[in-house]
Amino acid sequence: MASVNLEKIVKTYPNGFEAVHGVDLEVRDGEFMVFVGPSGCSKSTILRMIAGLESISGGELKIGNTVVNNLRAKERGIAMVFQNYALYPHMKVYDNMAFGLKLAGLPKQEIHERVTQAAKMLEMEQLLDRLPRQLSGGQAQRVAVGRCIVKRPEVFLFDEPLSNLDAKLRASMRVRLTELHRELRDRGQPSTAIYVTHDQVEAMTMGERICVLKDGTIQQVDTPTTLYDRPVNAFVAGFIGSPEMNIRPATVVARDGGLGVEIGDTMLPLPAAYSDALGNRIGQKVQFGIRPENIGTPRSIFAAGSQERASVANCTFRLREHMGNEVYTYFDLGGHEFAARVPTDFAGEIDKAERGQTIPLGFVMDKAHIFDADTGLNLTLSALQPA
Amino acid sequence: MSSDTVATALPKTRIPSNAEVLRTQRRERISLALRYLILGSVGLLMLYPLFWLLGASFKSNQEIFTTIWFLPRDLTQLLDFSAYYNGWMTRTEFTFATYFLNSFLIVIPRVIVTLISCTLVAYSFARFEYPGKKFLFSIMIGTMLLPPIVLRVPQYLMFKELGMIDTYWPLILPSAFAVDTFFTFLVVQFLRGTPRDMEEAAIIDGCNALQLLWHIVVPLLKPALISVALFQFIWTMNDFIGPLIYISTVEKYPVSLALKMSMDVSGEVEWANIIAISIVALLPSLTVFFLAQRYFIEGATSSGIKG
Repeated sequence: MASVNLEKIVKTYPNGFEAVHGVDLEVRDGEFMVFVGPSGCSKSTILRMIAGLESISGGELKIGNTVVNNLRAKERGIAMVFQNYALYPHMKVYDNMAFGLKLAGLPKQEIHERVTQAAKMLEMEQLLDRLPRQLSGGQAQRVAVGRCIVKRPEVFLFDEPLSNLDAKLRASMRVRLTELHRELRDRGQPSTAIYVTHDQVEAMTMGERICVLKDGTIQQVDTPTTLYDRPVNAFVAGFIGSPEMNIRPATVVARDGGLGVEIGDTMLPLPAAYSDALGNRIGQKVQFGIRPENIGTPRSIFAAGSQERASVANCTFRLREHMGNEVYTYFDLGGHEFAARVPTDFAGEIDKAERGQTIPLGFVMDKAHIFDADTGLNLTLSALQPA
Repeated sequence: MSSDTVATALPKTRIPSNAEVLRTQRRERISLALRYLILGSVGLLMLYPLFWLLGASFKSNQEIFTTIWFLPRDLTQLLDFSAYYNGWMTRTEFTFATYFLNSFLIVIPRVIVTLISCTLVAYSFARFEYPGKKFLFSIMIGTMLLPPIVLRVPQYLMFKELGMIDTYWPLILPSAFAVDTFFTFLVVQFLRGTPRDMEEAAIIDGCNALQLLWHIVVPLLKPALISVALFQFIWTMNDFIGPLIYISTVEKYPVSLALKMSMDVSGEVEWANIIAISIVALLPSLTVFFLAQRYFIEGATSSGIKG
């Protein structure tokens, strides 16, 4: 059983490039932590430093109570699943799984027990005699996971393990991996997991907590719902959620009895709760953020019971995408492009709209976020409802 | 029946007439035949000297020099293998069995030490960072550009100092230090094209650098190493100048030298005998090539493992 502690972790490459700038993070024992961020945000580098595949330039890394900075990979009690599966192509599945145990000098009997148990758990007993090249992508990935399980590591590391699979398989493997983690934890086996992905859907669905990274610094670490509802800055807000949050330039203005934001020539009133946070910003440029599902037709807003908190504005219709249960609607407001997600049942007026036509759309303003125009910090965090 | 249904269902679809189908098929057959004819005759032209060699081993001296047709005039001569027997026995006290054995005594150790040294050197170049690596690598590439003949004299003097003249050591020893730069280069490039994930997985599984090399890298390198072994086998088997310089005792001659020797021991040369033995001398290389062919092609063309 082990937690993973990163204290002021720095990675500087020999050419002087600093990829990771003093990362502090605690992954709790048994937790499923996801590192997510765009490519080049150093999420894999941090994972590889934890694995012992990259040296740590500065700071302290602890697994359990041991400082592991200078320990070799095999002494850290970790196991890792790679993006390309990294199965040994010349060994059968059984030997792939048993290899680490053989090197560790475990008795044959125990190796056999562990491998068959893991194979059973992953429902791949029939694959044990095959060579990696005879496996499909999903099977290879299961073997790679199995190879980790047999080692009974303190910490599981996953480096974008699903990104080579097709969309359908990825969705089912996502569920399997999450279930597997809960199963191990329920049995009381060590199950701390760190999972790297660039896919925010994987992050949201799998992570118990998510660490959002950008350019080698942590932006926010929290539960998926908190990240979604209370992002600390515009980057997190834009990265988490699909389609992404609309974040557009706006100006804070005073109106009768409160504040509002002006987007181009349109003014949207802000809820009274935002007054404290934004009172000293009247006339200043900010970023206005609102998620697509918080914009809708008057009917959909009414159906959701948000009519009291919503303001209706006239928008210029551009395009619609039918997703089945929802219609993604793209429109202009005050010269900026916005996207909305409207349930199909209430999308009547959108369905009939012509390109360039003016349609009324409602904005649920107590779900809106106001970000500082320069730093991107969320100014309305204190006023937003806790998740 | 089915074409009728289609025709009624899709009245605008044009169904090709029988005559048109036949015409197209005929044109395709003619073009195919033409291609085979051209390729076949060029191929034959290139292989003809080999056929001629095979036929000549059954001819008399007089016939060898007067006819260009590869079969002997009298086809019953094809049943007469005396040239092979005479050639094999030689006019010296040793048969070609001795010479073949000598050749293998050079070739086999040389292939083995080449594989070991190439793998070690290539592994270091492709997978480790150390000061001066780039410089060393460019020196290695530099020696590839050096004509081998330049090294003959200093090498001879060196091996003379070491007392290794008239032994097989000068022919084997250099390969133990990866001086066959081409092979090292080949393996380095192959390894560079191979993803490192598997090695990283093995590091996490607990391998040290040498276990990594043995358990993971060498199996991955198999196609490249088979190519190296094959080339080294054929080149060493055919090497003439090396043994000529270092080997002076007839008893120690490899096949290439012994063949040359059978040409000039007496004024009157029975060419059929020499040609017969030349053909026999080709056999080991041919056998090794066909055995390794599948892997060899893979090694020469693939740059790594698919993800």
